[in-house]
Amino acid sequence: MTSGPVPAARRTWKRPPFIKRPLLRWGLMVGAAVYITLALGTMDANWGRVADGMPRAYRFFSSFFPPDFTSRGGDIVEGILESLWMTVISTAFGIALSIPIGLGAARNLAPRPVYLCARAVLAISRTFPEIILALFAVKLFGFGPFAGILALSIATIGFYGKLLAEDIESMDPGQAEAVKATGASWLQWLNYAVQPQVIPRMIGLGMYRFDINFRESAVVGIVGGGGIGATLLTSFDRYEFDSAAAILLIIITIVMVVEYSSGYIRNWVQ
Amino acid sequence: MLRLVGLCKRYKTGDLALKNIDLEVPDGQVMALIGPSGAGKSTLIRCINRLVEPTSGSVYLNDLELTALNSGKLRKARRRMGMIFQEYALVERLTVMENVLSGRLGYVGFWRSYFRRFPQSNIDEVFRLLERVGLDHMVDKRADELSGGQRQRVGICRALVQNPEVLLVDEPTASLDPKTSRQIMRLIVELCEERSLSAIINIHDVLLAQMFSKRIVGLDEGKIVYDGPPDGLTADVLTQIYGEEDWSETIRAVQDDDDQDEADSASGGSAP
Repeated sequence: MTSGPVPAARRTWKRPPFIKRPLLRWGLMVGAAVYITLALGTMDANWGRVADGMPRAYRFFSSFFPPDFTSRGGDIVEGILESLWMTVISTAFGIALSIPIGLGAARNLAPRPVYLCARAVLAISRTFPEIILALFAVKLFGFGPFAGILALSIATIGFYGKLLAEDIESMDPGQAEAVKATGASWLQWLNYAVQPQVIPRMIGLGMYRFDINFRESAVVGIVGGGGIGATLLTSFDRYEFDSAAAILLIIITIVMVVEYSSGYIRNWVQ
Repeated sequence: MLRLVGLCKRYKTGDLALKNIDLEVPDGQVMALIGPSGAGKSTLIRCINRLVEPTSGSVYLNDLELTALNSGKLRKARRRMGMIFQEYALVERLTVMENVLSGRLGYVGFWRSYFRRFPQSNIDEVFRLLERVGLDHMVDKRADELSGGQRQRVGICRALVQNPEVLLVDEPTASLDPKTSRQIMRLIVELCEERSLSAIINIHDVLLAQMFSKRIVGLDEGKIVYDGPPDGLTADVLTQIYGEEDWSETIRAVQDDDDQDEADSASGGSAP
């Protein structure tokens, strides 16, 4: 519109792409698309069978209602109580053991050999899901809550130790340095500089782990680790789906209670 | 007296942060260490209490060779050196009282410190110091509830409750506004006089350094390039320390600031 001089070269701007090399960028995108297409093709979903399953699913789920809390009431109460104390013990025990391991697995605290050993312990205990650990424990020590507690404790060490180590590694080095500069001993330094920085998150994670351990106590019970899982399995075996529904509802309620109270406690300790 | 002999520090990355530093700070002297960012000021004072291990050279506190101590003896020696930090470095979730008491950790056993049962004489001393800096009504406040100036006062108390012979002060005013900066610097200098402490104060604000210290040491790229009185900082000297820049404003401002009453009235943040 104006007859003024046209700028010699207009400087345009585009956001730099996440992957700089265009060949790699497009290659990855096309590759992913092709793979997903092929994978979907291989899945070979038989929609007729899915359709046949629908009425069965309806019958199956309707047999859950109404949930029956009473006819197996005694077993349910016993199972829940056993699960609860399994949860308390394995959480407490697991956290207690994971503190030294977590300290050892923090790069800014531990010397190199200790760090590598502690990381190895954490990696091993994180490799196996709770149910595999429970299978081992049941094979080694027989049926019952002891096997379940052992499995959950080991799983807790892997979870809590790793997160504790990571929290220590990301603490503010300034505060740590300041306490060290006063001539504090190593334990005093842990108590005054490290602990205050990690404790709120660790309390929150402890609550979270409690919640996980409670849910997992139902799973380890299914392979013979005691607790509510054993009760749940029994009621499925006897086709008492209404009792099973009652158990599931109780588990959901307890998990929700723990969930809300852990949120509340987390806010309070901040 | 604090004495540095041939002190060198090379970081793992290969950067030579300190190049053969020789420095003496007599008892009771407050020395300001100025220099551009990355000159090695922080490294220098951290090599004294060995928060950073020097690569070679030695540091003496009176007759004690700090660089030759094993970790247990170093811990004991650190009690004699109070440190004050740039971002205050208070433990944020501990109370003011706990933060100041942490200055006594080198003197009490683990369980005493764990249960926070310090000797009554320590508690008295903390109250005395907090009263001196005007914070004795805040003992039970958490450190993260305080303002910047208040936090730095707590940091000062933590250093002093160690009953140190030397104060190592790392950029005490870098996170503070000009007025608070002056108040904090004045407080540090007054407390050093009261207790005849010697101090090394890292500071990159030339004006503050000149106002509050009788001896200025300029550091550039790990070497001492100036050591002398504040009024010896001519444009040439500042150029040598910081590089080419128009220093006329800085030098004139120093003369204005000789009038103490103007100290609180701003302009402090104008230094490079």
